[in-house]
Amino acid sequence: MGMTMTQKILAAHAGLESVTAGQLINAKLDIVLGNDITTPVAVNEFKKAGFDKVFDKDRIAIVLDHFVPNKDIKAAEQSKTCRNFSCEHCISHFYDVGKMGIEHALLPEQGIVTAGDCIIGADSHTCTYGAVGAFSTGVGSTDMAAGMATGMAWFKVPSAIKFNLIGKLPDNCSGKDVILTIIGMIGVDGALYKSMEFIGEGVRNLSMDDRLCICNMAIEAGAKNGIFPVDEVTMEYLSGRSERNPIVYEADADAEYEKVIDIDLSAVVPVVACPHLPENTRPASELHDIVIDQVVIGSCTNGRLEDMEAAYKILNGKKIADGVRCIIIPGTMQILRECVQRGWYTAFIDAGAVVSTPTCGPCLGGYMGILAAGERCIATTNRNFVGRMGHVESEVYLASPHTAAASALTGYITEYKED
Amino acid sequence: MNTQGKVFKYPDNVDTDVIIPARYLNTPDANELALHCMEDIDKDFVKKVSKGDIMVAGWNFGCGSSREHAPLVIKTCGTGCVIAKSFARIFYRNAINIGLPILECEEAAEEINADDEVSVNFDTGVITDITTGKSYKAQPFPPFIQNIIKSGGLLNSLKEGMSND
Repeated sequence: MGMTMTQKILAAHAGLESVTAGQLINAKLDIVLGNDITTPVAVNEFKKAGFDKVFDKDRIAIVLDHFVPNKDIKAAEQSKTCRNFSCEHCISHFYDVGKMGIEHALLPEQGIVTAGDCIIGADSHTCTYGAVGAFSTGVGSTDMAAGMATGMAWFKVPSAIKFNLIGKLPDNCSGKDVILTIIGMIGVDGALYKSMEFIGEGVRNLSMDDRLCICNMAIEAGAKNGIFPVDEVTMEYLSGRSERNPIVYEADADAEYEKVIDIDLSAVVPVVACPHLPENTRPASELHDIVIDQVVIGSCTNGRLEDMEAAYKILNGKKIADGVRCIIIPGTMQILRECVQRGWYTAFIDAGAVVSTPTCGPCLGGYMGILAAGERCIATTNRNFVGRMGHVESEVYLASPHTAAASALTGYITEYKED
Repeated sequence: MNTQGKVFKYPDNVDTDVIIPARYLNTPDANELALHCMEDIDKDFVKKVSKGDIMVAGWNFGCGSSREHAPLVIKTCGTGCVIAKSFARIFYRNAINIGLPILECEEAAEEINADDEVSVNFDTGVITDITTGKSYKAQPFPPFIQNIIKSGGLLNSLKEGMSND
């Protein structure tokens, strides 16, 4: 029986000819990732278990992104733990303030992850790297500690749902609308334990930033990973960037899928996930009565250059509505620099927005835009759970950068229409 | 290995943000974190829970973030076991890795009521609702995972494996 793309990558990393869904395997890891929240727990576990060296200093990435620049004394202590550990073990991919970015924007940008990789990260959105044709999944801190010590992780080989993409997205939609539409269709556990494999002629019409956004939210459907085939868009993105040679795996023609779901990209509309689950999706056009207090454009889901560009196009020369706070967070220092150089930063300020250095900050209710009771935010982030961005009586509406920026101008949820 | 205690019942899709809100994640200290366990969904949980008590929930328990702090605070509060219709995959993995017993059993999760007295036998997977007198059988873990649990978590099992090589 044929294998899916995910199964092929896993088989290769487990040193096996083939694997089947449900099989337990031990696989070699190309990259082990952690951040300033999960790494301190992993460091404790690593030390407690008596490990004294990492498997490969060049295959571990530690990125301070959730609470930096340090939001308080305790967060500072956590960053210090990461810093000391990285220094002690000469971790080559350690990213501190000034160099850091939001991990899932940073690692692809810096070429640390590439096609054919097998990656674990102590952050649920590690599934992002499926966009470049890697198997990549989120784990906890203990798995990170074990991965750092041994370079291996155990996996149960997942079955897959195939999403057959056709057509081309309308101009006011992006990858975010695609993944929100899918989560609305299948639910927050619709792909539980499974791979989401995105295939079809529509793939070539999706940019790398769209693909990164789509894979990023695979976890929001419960998936183990999301993955795209490697095509010209991928190779162009990876070339001159990848620090290791990409390896291309393709699903077998007779690979078995639990389900095949057709998605016509041309039929996608701007959608918003209403509180308090990412599956509560509705067309933005039906939500004009939702008045907002805050807009957040950023995060590992939508803090990339195309997201900033969408915000710029919509906000340039306009004014944020009275009573709305608009917070824009470029995902990496490189993206922030681009925003400055292209004049977008100035346009954001002139529109009445604030621009932050890269951070996960408000997405998880850390800092830099916490909501009070009764407040509503439309955000390009990935979760709208109870209390996610602040008070338990606040609300988060998930949307694309287009929809978030258009809503910032009106003060209520608004789909973007070109003038 | 067994646990027995009172049931705290929760709905579908209990996420890691309500289990342990991110605003408290500026420390890795389990005891400090545990003071806020379930705070955003059940404010008095920490005051009410006693050692061995059991959480019973619906589908997709522990969805959301990969934070291991979530199973850790549930365990640190004294919770003896979580029974759910299904678990989100990273939570499932984390619970095993840190030694929080979890069981998937749709029927038990549906029928057991809040405040029932329930006992669980982890060796057999038998869940007994002492209040109603009804018993249920949960899916046992595959042997590979049973070994991790028996060793007291992933890192201990790795150390054992290394010394056996």
